[in-house]
Amino acid sequence: MKRRMEISELIFKIISYAFLIIFAVMCIYPFIYAISSSFSLADAVDGGEVILWPVGFQTDAYRYVFTRNIFWISYANTLFMAFVGTLWCMLYTMMGAYALSKKRLMGRKAFNFFLVFTMWFSAGIVPMYLNYLDTGNILAGILAPGTTHGDAQYDQKWLVIIAMGMNAQNVILLRNAFEGVPAEIEEAARIDGATEMQVLFKVYIPMSKATIATVALFFGISRWNGYFWAMRMMTQQPFSWPVQVYIRNFIDLYSGLISAPGEGNEWFNQIPGNFDINTLSVMSVVYAMVICAVIPILCIYPFIQKYFAKGVNMGGVKE
Amino acid sequence: MQLFKLKCDDFLERDADGNYYMPAEQQVRDEAEKTHWKEVGFTLLKDWRLYLMLVPMIIVYLLWRYMPMTELLSAFKDQNTPGAAGDSSMYDWYGLTNFDALFFGAQSSMFWAAFKNTFVIAFYGLLFGFPFPIILALFFNEVKSNITRSILQVCVYLPKFMSTVIITTLFIVLFRGPLDPTVNAEEGLGLVTQLLLAIFPNNEQLYNAATSSTGGLVMSNEYFRALYQISGIWEHGGYDSIVFFAAVIAVSPTSYEAAQIDGAGKMQQMRYVVLPSILSTVVIMLIMKVGTLLSVGYEKVYLMTSPTNYDAGRIVSTLANEWQQAGNNTMGIAAEMTNNLIGMILVIGANAIARKATDVALY
Repeated sequence: MKRRMEISELIFKIISYAFLIIFAVMCIYPFIYAISSSFSLADAVDGGEVILWPVGFQTDAYRYVFTRNIFWISYANTLFMAFVGTLWCMLYTMMGAYALSKKRLMGRKAFNFFLVFTMWFSAGIVPMYLNYLDTGNILAGILAPGTTHGDAQYDQKWLVIIAMGMNAQNVILLRNAFEGVPAEIEEAARIDGATEMQVLFKVYIPMSKATIATVALFFGISRWNGYFWAMRMMTQQPFSWPVQVYIRNFIDLYSGLISAPGEGNEWFNQIPGNFDINTLSVMSVVYAMVICAVIPILCIYPFIQKYFAKGVNMGGVKE
Repeated sequence: MQLFKLKCDDFLERDADGNYYMPAEQQVRDEAEKTHWKEVGFTLLKDWRLYLMLVPMIIVYLLWRYMPMTELLSAFKDQNTPGAAGDSSMYDWYGLTNFDALFFGAQSSMFWAAFKNTFVIAFYGLLFGFPFPIILALFFNEVKSNITRSILQVCVYLPKFMSTVIITTLFIVLFRGPLDPTVNAEEGLGLVTQLLLAIFPNNEQLYNAATSSTGGLVMSNEYFRALYQISGIWEHGGYDSIVFFAAVIAVSPTSYEAAQIDGAGKMQQMRYVVLPSILSTVVIMLIMKVGTLLSVGYEKVYLMTSPTNYDAGRIVSTLANEWQQAGNNTMGIAAEMTNNLIGMILVIGANAIARKATDVALY
């Protein structure tokens, strides 16, 4: 027997659908706008006429971006930092979370507090800056003896990779997932003579794939998107910049959007090419760069989307 | 000697001749104690690999999370010590002079303005940013078709994965001002700016803020806070709803049916069925939100502010950053330390209140 729907339920349903659809459109609209604007002609972009579809058509914006070497250098830097940085973070996070998930570990409470305290209290920007500067000097001394943080012989990317991007939340997520693995399976592996590392890599990691994928995704995305510290620590090495720093710097220097462009900072003089500033707007170039920078995330996003919803729910913060 | 005998009386007994001997229970107790410590040592030794696995993480956190905290001491030092040359370990102790300058000195008005901004931004973030994902989760629960819901969710989670640089760029552009305010104040306005001006044609304040500089509404003192909150909701709202949605779909359908049979309308079902079952999740998320109250994301604020909207948008972190770049490290450290300590007190307080009130606590 099917119950007739109450009028209040019907109204609520209609409101829900309307609200969700409007919000979903709001969430993807800026990206559609960026894509359309990157293909539109200068007058339409600068005059604010682009709404949904490109007005006019040009591909010069992408030609400009594709021929700009330093943009692709920064792109490669980001790929490198995201990949190696995620590997490094995942390595120590997985091992640490595995150890913390063991009830028999002595001082487990103290170690947990050690982690959680960093979520409560942070030293702040200035001490962190000084700390990173010291780290940079030490790293420079190791990688290229006799140099300091600002020198060109040493690659500042290593500072970003090693010293940044830790996240206590991710450790807790992973620890909770490992705690969910039945102890019998570990015992079985031990009876077969597995060492601690083998138990971790052959039993625990395959059994908590969803959470591992989520945590790796979180690390990877925070690496890909990181801006502030890369901007602060890499002022002397534009060739080590990640793509986010490059894009923001381009906007600041040439677009006049946030501050007026300085003397002699015409974007079209940057490469000897034949770009017609009557048809190509600097904002189209910015949009083209933005699109290029989000494409990798858009590519992996649909595949991992179902994992992280699962992973987040499995690893609640409860203890 | 007398003292020794008295001491021995505590755990030794005497036989008929008055000689001391150790009773059997005491021997067992001693033995047990010894084996206990042996066991502890044995476990430690047996699990040495486990501790070794913990070491890299501990080192990383020590070096780059705890080492910066030692630098906090220089908030109590004089950075203009002669001969120190920027080495904070050689600074002279200064007492609370830095804090005195911070709270009452020439730059105190800047600090208090930034502190107020931090608090206002954080408070509005809690007020508007916290209920939104819950409402979104309740709405998602109404969508019964899995495909439709998945499509909507994919769209809604997307902004969370975009970088702050890109999000702020898109926001500034959509709310941007004229191409060149000195030539034509209405040419090249951003799309949303145009829309707002069309909806409120007679709003003087809005018109002035929109057309005064190329930064537009985001870079204006009047609208920065609202736009910051909107961008926050836009960025995090969808993603934050995951947790609440999981709690909402965990409510058993039979509870709804029972409520319906009792004649409960939609609002009553919400009030008496859904709300009690998601309450613990809500409390946990609220504690977490209060915990991050004063650590407003400085990266985003940094990217969304320029000298034109410092009155509304400069927070303690970005102020400290400016001071540091101007060479005034100790003041910056003192300012942020004040801010972060208050933030920590808020977390602990929120957790304690939650523990008292609902038996749900996070830490």
